[in-house]
Amino acid sequence: MIELEGVRKVYPDGHVALRDVSLRVERGTTLALLGPSGCGKTTLLKLINRLLSPSAGRICVDGHDTAHGDPVELRRGMGFVVQDAGLFPHLSAASNVEVVPRLLGWPAARRVARTRELFALVRLDYAEFAERYPAQLSGGQRQRVGFARALAADPPIVLMDEPFGALDPITRRSLQEEFLDLKAELRKTIVLVTHDVEEAFRLADRVAVLNDGVIVQIGAPAEIRAAPASPFVAALIGTAAATAR
Amino acid sequence: MRWRVLGRTQLGSLAALLCTTVAVADPGPRIVVGAKKFTESAVLGELMAQVLEAQTGSPVERRFNLAGTQVCFDGLRTGALDVYAEYTGTGLRNILGDADAAGSAAAIFARVSTAFRERYALEWLAPFGFDNTYVLIMRPERAAALDIATLSDLAAHPLRYGVSHEFLQRPDGMPGLRAAYHLNEASAVGLEHDLAYQALSEGAIDVADGYSTDAKIVAFGLLPLRDDRGFFPPYEAAPLANPNLFTRVPLAQPALRLLAGRIDAATMRRLNYAVEGERRSPADVASEFLNQLGIAHAEAVPEARATGLLDLLWQRRWITLALTGRHLWLTGIAVLGAVIVGLPIGIAVSRRPALATLALSTAGVLQTIPSLALLAFMLPLFGIGVVPAIAALFLYGLLPILRNTVAGLRSVDPHLLEVGRGLGMRARDLLWRVELPLAAPVILAGVRTAAVISVGTATLAALIGAGGLGDPIITGLTVTDTNLVLSGALPAALLALVVDAGLGAVERLATPRGLTVGS
Repeated sequence: MIELEGVRKVYPDGHVALRDVSLRVERGTTLALLGPSGCGKTTLLKLINRLLSPSAGRICVDGHDTAHGDPVELRRGMGFVVQDAGLFPHLSAASNVEVVPRLLGWPAARRVARTRELFALVRLDYAEFAERYPAQLSGGQRQRVGFARALAADPPIVLMDEPFGALDPITRRSLQEEFLDLKAELRKTIVLVTHDVEEAFRLADRVAVLNDGVIVQIGAPAEIRAAPASPFVAALIGTAAATAR
Repeated sequence: MRWRVLGRTQLGSLAALLCTTVAVADPGPRIVVGAKKFTESAVLGELMAQVLEAQTGSPVERRFNLAGTQVCFDGLRTGALDVYAEYTGTGLRNILGDADAAGSAAAIFARVSTAFRERYALEWLAPFGFDNTYVLIMRPERAAALDIATLSDLAAHPLRYGVSHEFLQRPDGMPGLRAAYHLNEASAVGLEHDLAYQALSEGAIDVADGYSTDAKIVAFGLLPLRDDRGFFPPYEAAPLANPNLFTRVPLAQPALRLLAGRIDAATMRRLNYAVEGERRSPADVASEFLNQLGIAHAEAVPEARATGLLDLLWQRRWITLALTGRHLWLTGIAVLGAVIVGLPIGIAVSRRPALATLALSTAGVLQTIPSLALLAFMLPLFGIGVVPAIAALFLYGLLPILRNTVAGLRSVDPHLLEVGRGLGMRARDLLWRVELPLAAPVILAGVRTAAVISVGTATLAALIGAGGLGDPIITGLTVTDTNLVLSGALPAALLALVVDAGLGAVERLATPRGLTVGS
């Protein structure tokens, strides 16, 4: 479970990215952070794994304040997926997946077994793709490896920053379907950053709509669709509806 | 000042360690004889070396081709050299800084030797028997046309002077002459002494400096001008020794005394000519002369005279191989040191822009110091020989390695670093698993640059007694033997190409495959 209470983030240059944000992500559920670029959604995600520190407020993971304790240990308990996968170009697909197991000091046999398992999970043929380098993979294949890497040590929490953002519409659609299958199978706590309303509503159990550093509405997709809290939310959803038609 | 002392001690012990490993089976106390990089100094050096070998039985190491007075003098004081041939006039004006040249040769010798004993604890032994004073020389036709016969006559005409670099600077050279004779200089440039004769006979300059025992004055048919105001002091040649030698090898003093008064000016000119005109080695010429004197009966090794460049290269193949080995060793240690120091500094400063600027500009300043000057700066710290040469090459290697380490690490996509941190990598993990592998090609390109620069610069290391492929180059320049110059320059160039290609291959191997494969 992830809880944010009165979180505020001001960058050194004085830019206020988040003002007084509070929210809660229940165990095993998916929360989408939705909003236009610059609304603070990525900042919020990086606050959760302490790539950034809050200027004020409290962030708790499973009841523990993340301000205390080793941020590295915290991050090793959270999967991290970014746009266009962010694979290390000098490592093969399998080695990219093994990054965290290596950090954790797993023996080779266990690493290989786990990597095979993960390749199967993200539907990549191990024999064909394990030794390929990122430059030899398509965008969709890279993102599959990115998912596998995030899930390698079986973390209870997965953070995703625009994971489908760099893909073509057809690949995006099929990966989203697989994401829903995986989500149902693995029961992870997931925080997903996206600017795509359709994606947020399809993939998340709850959606937080952000604008200019504050949460303007938070709730299940159906609730938001039924009763947009403000003209901003209505306009945001309206655009999505228009795109969907 | 503390770091200096530290650095010196550490490098010193490193050098000591290396020396011990090289010379395990030392039969007795070793004697080191030095010589400046001109023919006469080498011949006198050989004479002393061979007499010492014959009379004391101690092994003698020759450190010839040293860049100049300062290098030899520093070498003697630091104990890197035991003895070399010096001139009383040079000691008086150049080292003691005494402008007063009044007095007979004997009086000057007495003054200089007393001052050296008191100030530097160095010992002048009895002179060899000739006075090799400076002379200014001109082509006879040019001198006749301008009606010049003495140094006083020079003031009347604007002339082009081309003199050795040392003469251009030293107080008993151009600066003193200017004051004493009111020279009228159209231009004054520093030239390699041996090139000056060439320039003179081709009419590129009007006046050059020379030595009275110089065989080339006769060989080129040049006119020495008379020093009518007695500006130049007597330059009696004599062994200048660190008395430490005589405690270690008591027989050394009587051995060197055997040469006292045995070489007059005509003899010296003949010996010089044998080397420069007849292209014989100083060792060969010295051993023949000592045989004539009946002092030492070294087995004269008849030298096969090489007729062409290929002959010479073949004849010197083993020598060249040994010199190449030493050359590689010098540069290898220096570059390795630069990597060991430059890489961590580069890593440390790469994410701190202010420190990076400081480190890079410091290394940049070091790089702009001319190689010879940098070598000279090392002398007071490390004496002469291998250690100062390695130290100078090391400093030259720092900039390319430092610069490429910083550039390589900065070229790593910051997005990847954030992903690495997000996955739970510590700074150390990021460095070893992401940053260094991705920066490796750029860093190795810096090492390669440093190595190639070092191979080239190391040819100058011969000037401070470090040996290597610079030795035949400098000797060849001294005796105007182009083939001998090439016998050092060709392997040095080849070595640079081989090092470049070899490290290029390493660079390709170290480039992560993921960066070279296509999609």
